[in-house]
Order: sequence, then C-alpha cells, then structure tokens
Amino acid sequence: MNLPSLETAQKLGLLPEEFAYIQEILGRQPNFTELSAYAAMWSEHCSYKNSILWLKKLPKSSPRMLAEAGQENAGLVDIGGGLACAFKIESHNHPSALEPYQGAATGVGGINRDIFTMGARPIAQMNTLRFGDLSLARTRYLLRGVVKGIGDYGNAFGVPTVAGELFFDECYNTNPLVNAFSAGIVETGKIASAIAYGAGNPVFIVGSATGKDGIHGAAFASKDLTESSIDDLPAVQVGDPFQEKLLLEASLEVIASGAVVGIQDMGAAGIICSTSEMSAKGQHGMRINLDKVPLRQANMQAWEILLSESQERMLVVGQKGREAEIEAIFEKWDLHAVQIGEVIEGGRLEFFQNGEQVADLPAESLVLGGGAPVYTREYQEPAYYQTFKKFNIEEVPQPGPEELPQIARFLLAHPNICSRRWVYEQYDSMVGTVNANTNAPADAAVVWIKPPQGGLATKALVMSVDCNGRHVHADPEIGTMMAVCESARNVVCAGGEPVAITNNLNFGNPYNPEVYWQFVGAIQGMIKACEKLGTPVTGGNVSFYNQSSTVGKDGGNVSNAVFPTPTIGMLGLLDDPAHRMSLHFKAEDDFIYLIGEALNDLAGSEYLYSYRQIKASPPPAFDLDTEYRLQEVLKILIRNGLLQSAHDLSEGGLWVALAESAMPLSLGFQVKSFLKLRPDAFWFGENASRVLVSVHPHQKEAFEDTMEKADFAYALLGRVGGAAMGVDGQTWLTIAEAQDLYNQALGQWMEG
Amino acid sequence: MKFAVLVFPGSNCDDDLVYVLREIMGQSVVKIWHKDHDLQGAEVVMVPGGFAYGDYLRAGAIARFSPIMREVAAHAQRGGYVWGICNGFQILTEAGLLEGALLRNLSRQYICKNIYLRTLSTQTLLTRQLDSSKAYCIPMAHGEGRYYAPMNILKKLQDQDQILFQYCEADGSVSEAANLNGSLLNIAGICNPARNVFGMMPHPERAADEMLGNTDGRLFFESLLGTLLEKV
Repeated sequence: MNLPSLETAQKLGLLPEEFAYIQEILGRQPNFTELSAYAAMWSEHCSYKNSILWLKKLPKSSPRMLAEAGQENAGLVDIGGGLACAFKIESHNHPSALEPYQGAATGVGGINRDIFTMGARPIAQMNTLRFGDLSLARTRYLLRGVVKGIGDYGNAFGVPTVAGELFFDECYNTNPLVNAFSAGIVETGKIASAIAYGAGNPVFIVGSATGKDGIHGAAFASKDLTESSIDDLPAVQVGDPFQEKLLLEASLEVIASGAVVGIQDMGAAGIICSTSEMSAKGQHGMRINLDKVPLRQANMQAWEILLSESQERMLVVGQKGREAEIEAIFEKWDLHAVQIGEVIEGGRLEFFQNGEQVADLPAESLVLGGGAPVYTREYQEPAYYQTFKKFNIEEVPQPGPEELPQIARFLLAHPNICSRRWVYEQYDSMVGTVNANTNAPADAAVVWIKPPQGGLATKALVMSVDCNGRHVHADPEIGTMMAVCESARNVVCAGGEPVAITNNLNFGNPYNPEVYWQFVGAIQGMIKACEKLGTPVTGGNVSFYNQSSTVGKDGGNVSNAVFPTPTIGMLGLLDDPAHRMSLHFKAEDDFIYLIGEALNDLAGSEYLYSYRQIKASPPPAFDLDTEYRLQEVLKILIRNGLLQSAHDLSEGGLWVALAESAMPLSLGFQVKSFLKLRPDAFWFGENASRVLVSVHPHQKEAFEDTMEKADFAYALLGRVGGAAMGVDGQTWLTIAEAQDLYNQALGQWMEG
Repeated sequence: MKFAVLVFPGSNCDDDLVYVLREIMGQSVVKIWHKDHDLQGAEVVMVPGGFAYGDYLRAGAIARFSPIMREVAAHAQRGGYVWGICNGFQILTEAGLLEGALLRNLSRQYICKNIYLRTLSTQTLLTRQLDSSKAYCIPMAHGEGRYYAPMNILKKLQDQDQILFQYCEADGSVSEAANLNGSLLNIAGICNPARNVFGMMPHPERAADEMLGNTDGRLFFESLLGTLLEKV
C-alpha cells in the first residue's frame, strides 16, 4: 500500500512541520486513515492550536465551578440545592453560510448534545445571529433559512428559545455568524463525564447510523470561505431533531441507571474525536471494530467512518456486565446501541476493519492538551485603530429640533434596533413552562428551575447573550470589556446575580497578524472585565476564519474579515422570585430616572454609524469601575423593591430605552433633558454603564436616598403617562405610531 | 382526580402537563408510555403537545398507531374523558376520535405567541365554568394548526354545538386578523358528538402558573376539575 505523501497531508490541511511531527510520534509513516485522523483532530476547530495559549490566561475558577473550562463538554456551575447548571455557546458559522437551514439546525443539535452528555436536561436555549446588509437578497435568504433551521430543530426538540441577539452589518455579508447557547440542569450526584477507563469495559455507539455527511466538517470550519466553498457542501451535516429528542431521553435514562462509565457526544471529527478525547482523559485506550458501526451506506472507508460528522450520535463506555441494561434502554427509545469495541490498557487507539488493523494511534497525541500542536502567533496593530481614535464629535452635523423626531423614527425602525418578533415568534419560547419573560419582558431571560425531584420552582437562571462587534472592532480590549459588562448588566437589570460566562470568539484568519491583534485584545479585555465582575469563563468556542478571500489571493487581509465578535453568554442566578425585575413602565405618574451619566458622546453609536454614516469612531465612553459600581447600586435598588422597571441603555441610547420601556403596556411619557448637551448626544448617544428606571411616587424619596448614599450619578427625566412620547415639550411620536414602526419593521423587510 | 398523561416518542409538553396537574392543581398524575396497554384507572387522559414521531409523514399520523391509542379509544367509547392539546389534538383527529384535520398554517411559518380565545360552547365539562363573553389569553405554538373540515362536517359541528373555542381579538370579537393560522370559522378547539373528547391547538397549560404572569389557562383546568368534582 502506498503511504501518503506530504502533498496529501497538505491537502488535508496539515502543515509540513505537523506532518513531520506525526511521523515522529508514530515512529513511522502514517497511513491515510491515520493521517486523516490527525488532520481532523489537529484542525483549528478541534485543537484550538492558535488560540489555546491565550485562552489559558482567562480567569476560570470560582467557588461555584464544578467543571472548569476545557475539562468537560460544557461549563458546570453549582447553583445550590444539590443542582448544577451546565451551559455553553458554540458557533455554526461556516455551515450556515453555505446551507443556512441545516447549518443552523445542526448547530442547535450540537450545543444541546454538549449539555445532555453531562447528564443535564437542557431547559433553555438562546442564539446570537449576525448577518450582512439586510437590503441584499442573499442576507434575507440566509436569515430566513437560519431562523427556520433553529426553529424547526429547537421546537421539535422541545427546549424553549428564550432570548437572543440579531445584528446586521455589511462586514457579515459573506460570513454570517450563528452562535447557539444552551443551558441545562443536573443533580450534582448524577453528573456524567466524558471519560473512558477500566480495561474490558464495552464501548457503544448509540443513536443515528453513520453516513458520509459532514466528513471534514472540522477542517472545513478551519479555513476561509472562498468561491469554491460550495464544493464543500458535503461537509455540512444534516439534522434530525426527532432523533435528538430520543437521544436526549435515552442518554439521561442510561446515565441515571449508573451503568455508564463515560459518555461523549459526537460533534466535530466524529468517532475519532470522541474515542481519542475520552481515552486520553481516562489514560486508557480503545480497540474498535469499525465493521460494527451501523452505517447508512455501503462501502464506507475507514477514514470516512472515523471522520463522519453524522448528527445525533454518542459514544458510551459502559460497565462490563451491564451491557444488556444499556441496550434495553436504547431499545425502548428505538435507537441503535451497538457495542463497537472495548477499553484497553495503555493509551492506544486501535481501529480494525475487515479483520485488519487500519489505524494504531496514541490517543494522547491527537488531543488538545496532549500532543496537538500549540502555536504562538504574532500580532500587529492595524492602521485603522489610530484613525478611529481621531473621531471628533464637532465634525458631526447637529440636528435641529425638527429633525429629532425623524431620527427617532429612523432608529426605532432600524434593523439593529426594531423588534425581533419576526424571528422569535418562529421559535417555541414557552415549552417547558419556565420562561418568565413571556408576559413581562426583561433585559435578560429569566427561566424558572423546576426541581428534578419534584415540587414548585423557586429559583431561576437569568441569562443574556451580548456583543457589539463594531465596538470590539474599534477597540478590541474595550469593546470586549463592554460586551462582558453589558451581558452582566442585563442579568442585573432582570434581578439576577451574574455568576459565570461562556464565550464564542468569532474572528477572521488567525494567521493574519492584524486579526490576531484583535483576538489578543479581546482576550485581554475579557480577562479584566471577568475578574472585576467575579464571573469566570467556563468555556466556549473559538471560530476563526470568518473571512472571505477570493481565489489566488492568499489569506486576505483584516478588511475582509468579520468584525471581531467575541459573543458573551452570561449565566446569572435569581434566588428570590421577589427580586425579579422587568423592563417596561408599569403605571401612570411613575417617575423616570436615568442612572449613570449623560455625556457629549456619539462615538460608536448606531445613530452615528447608520444615520450619519460615520463609520470610523472609537467605542463609546466606558469605565470598568463605574460599571461595577452601577451594577452594585442596581442590585441594592432592585432587592429593596425600589424600582418598577429597569432597562439597560444600548443601541439607540436613551431614546430607544424610553421607547422600549413605554411600548409593552402602551404607557407614554413626558421627559426633559437635564443637561445642555448636543440633543443628539443626549438622546441617541451610547456611552456605557447606564440604566433607565421607573419609580413609584411613594418610593421616590427612598430611591433618591439610596442613590445619594451610593454616590452614583442619577437624574430625574420625567414621568410616565399619556399616549404620547413627549421629549422636551415636543411629541416625537404617539405610542401607537412607535409600536407600528418598531413591531413591523423587520417583518416588512422579510415579507415585503 | 386521576389523570394519565400519554408519552409518545417526540412528545415534549408531557412534563408541562404533569407539572400543572400535580404541582399546581394538586391532582394525581401518571405518565403512560405509548407502548403500554393500560391507562391505570385514570379518569382523564391527556394527549400532550410536541412532535410525536417527529411529525414525520403528517402530524399525529404515526402516533395514532401506538398501542396505547387502542385503550384511549376504548376509554372514550366508555364515556371517559380525553383532552388533546396541540399535537394531542392532531393525534386525536388522525385517530378519528375528533373530526376534521389540522393543516399547515397559512403563513407556512411556525407561530408561537399569546393569542386570545373565545368560548363558543359552554356545554362540556372543559368549558362549563368558562365565561363565553370573555377572551382568554392563551399561548399558541404550532406550525400545523389550521383547522379544516369539509362543509358538511363544519355545519354539523355548528349544529351540534361542538365548536368549543375560536381565535378572537382581546375584546372577544372574532376577526380574520385574529385567525393567525387560517382556521376555518376561526376554530381553535372542538369536542366529539358525545362531548367527552376535547381537542384544542392553544396551550392552557402554558398559562396556569402565577410565576409566568398569566393564569387564564388555569381556568380551563379548574372548569374540568370543578365540574368533575361536582359530579362525584
């Protein structure tokens, strides 16, 4: 048999030095099956080879952590009462760019398997989506397909989609970002681990049969999109939510039976990934007979079986002697559970097909944290960074009084601000009967935790996903600090206590030093913010190569990469239902206050970017200590029952926060600016660390006392009431007009 | 009162019903696997929402062949109560226990949101304590909920007072705008001629817990329980 050459290795995505290293590990030339195994496991997607050095610097411990980043398939946080929460976010960007429906659907499937493989039952999902210019037909095609894919999969799977993010910018025209988050609950005594040990223990493949779909998916996700990427379509997997639902129930049942040593879902790089990671973790090996793997089609080669990313499969290591019990549980759910091998002493993976050994590899050498390569990448500050800093607000035209209502309307109907109902009404947001936001919107999702042992729910998870990629692009370190802080602020505004984050680091090509500079800056910002807020990073996902390059132009440059988008998924806890807070005005005559400072700042605002079309500016003003103090005083206000509503200021600034607080119960307002700033900066500026609150007249004094004692900036804006949105004595819109604009805008784009 | 909640592969509102019935309404509940043959003496059989068999082929088309459905039909034949919600309604129509069919929403999109229901007939256990002049806020969540039946069946449903619920506006008026899935006659729920089998697309169990900020749906459970208890 001819052994593969360096040229073949390079076609599989390996570097010459990696090929040499493989020969050194094996002490011989690899065969094609073995080479394919290394190519998949050492791809960026599985090995994190260009990011791990920096990821290791992230803070990852707190007293609540039961599994730290990288130890298991998802982060695991102790939430008290004998329960833990497993949560994680993961990207499916590349497949969604080519085949939006299946790409997004399998992203939902994959992230949920990461949760239930730990023994946790998923209770809530979120997603964060980024697309290009909405006026392009391709953008609408992608959005329509992604939303339908997420909906069809998640709805049938039966876990509510409770919150999300949707953002449009032309930098995502070719490369949309599709990040899916899931959170699940497990009793601390019933947590499963992705580990293999105990020589002689049986290894089962369970769930769907293995086909040729998704082969080289991990390698596909580890390169730029090009004009020929459509040829990679077979690298996109196909999802079946019904199988996933059965797999969920059967997996939880088999874990609860106690007959399982370890279990891991099959995602990127399929069987080779689960066998190597579980073996390496348990310091054992496996002997696997590939002839036993249930296949969808005949004549699959060994490397195809090892690398297939067919969905809805798990690898289960059972206890010897309890095989029949395991098989019976999967039989009940009409799923395959086929023993394909056994755990062996020593750390080798031995694969057999047709009676012959087709691969013999040290498990440790394949995996992240073991033999997988680790690279230090150089980085370099891009020229735009200093240019953006030169932004001068004086060069922005000032609107006159007659133009302000026009800007107000523009912003309410803007795709980045208007209601997301066209999207979320296609998702089942209520299955599980735990979503507290259905009838009381809040800045973060509030999801009641029904005790698995029975009884009424008394606690909630509070969750938010956030990132403004424009701010991160303008200044990666500050922009990422702001993303962490915004997600924490959202959790606090909903009454929760931020506990930990998961992150999805979406960047361009890491071999581009300017892209890598953005990555390094983002990590540094995340470290600072997470340390300040006491919210460790429990894990997540790195997605590089979110950029397009044309044929013949190697690598591309920083300008055809997406904005660096380190999406933050914040997990918080609400221990007392009385502390829950919603975002909308509750009653006529309540007082409206702004907490935080009003500044003469337009930098990084949607108004500046979209209305004034000025795209070169730094992020809005931000100070980490101020943010921390804001969140502390908000917690006191909410826990002392002094607020009727709390809504974070973000895109569209104070005006949009007012409108969003007013529309749910159709309660208008009369407000006045309290500082002589530029009116556009006062109403539409986005300087950070600010919250709009409403206060019952009886609590006005107590509220003001609390603010004085905390010595934190606040000011009275006006009062709730009427059918008009009155600003400085001028009616900008009626509530009905605002609702019409805000609620219909996205649907009109999509349905015409 | 003893309730049986059926579980098909792909059911996903079964635990929501168990939670409402057991934890909120304080009733005795058993979950019954679709391959079982015994309703364990339950007085009311609940057919929950979800995607039984993935809704493959057609919603409810495969589930109706599950072994437990023979027992459900016999229970209904004996005058026992059966209540199907969402996918449960689809299964009951496929099983021939209720008339008509649920087709793909006119918008061809799955729709999940709060909508309003009006009670047309209060002449069933499920609706006896409901107020026919009131609009109840109840969530809907389905892709295939457009009620369809031939004209003669529709006429029979009307003549025999079998239409239990219609989609309506917040003020109770019946309009085309409130008919989001395009159902004939705005039909959201019906009963069989013997008035012991109920089917509805919207989910009252999703509006039965104070913690969720809407308890309109609890009234449906209270009506059923109240009238059942009255009978005892």
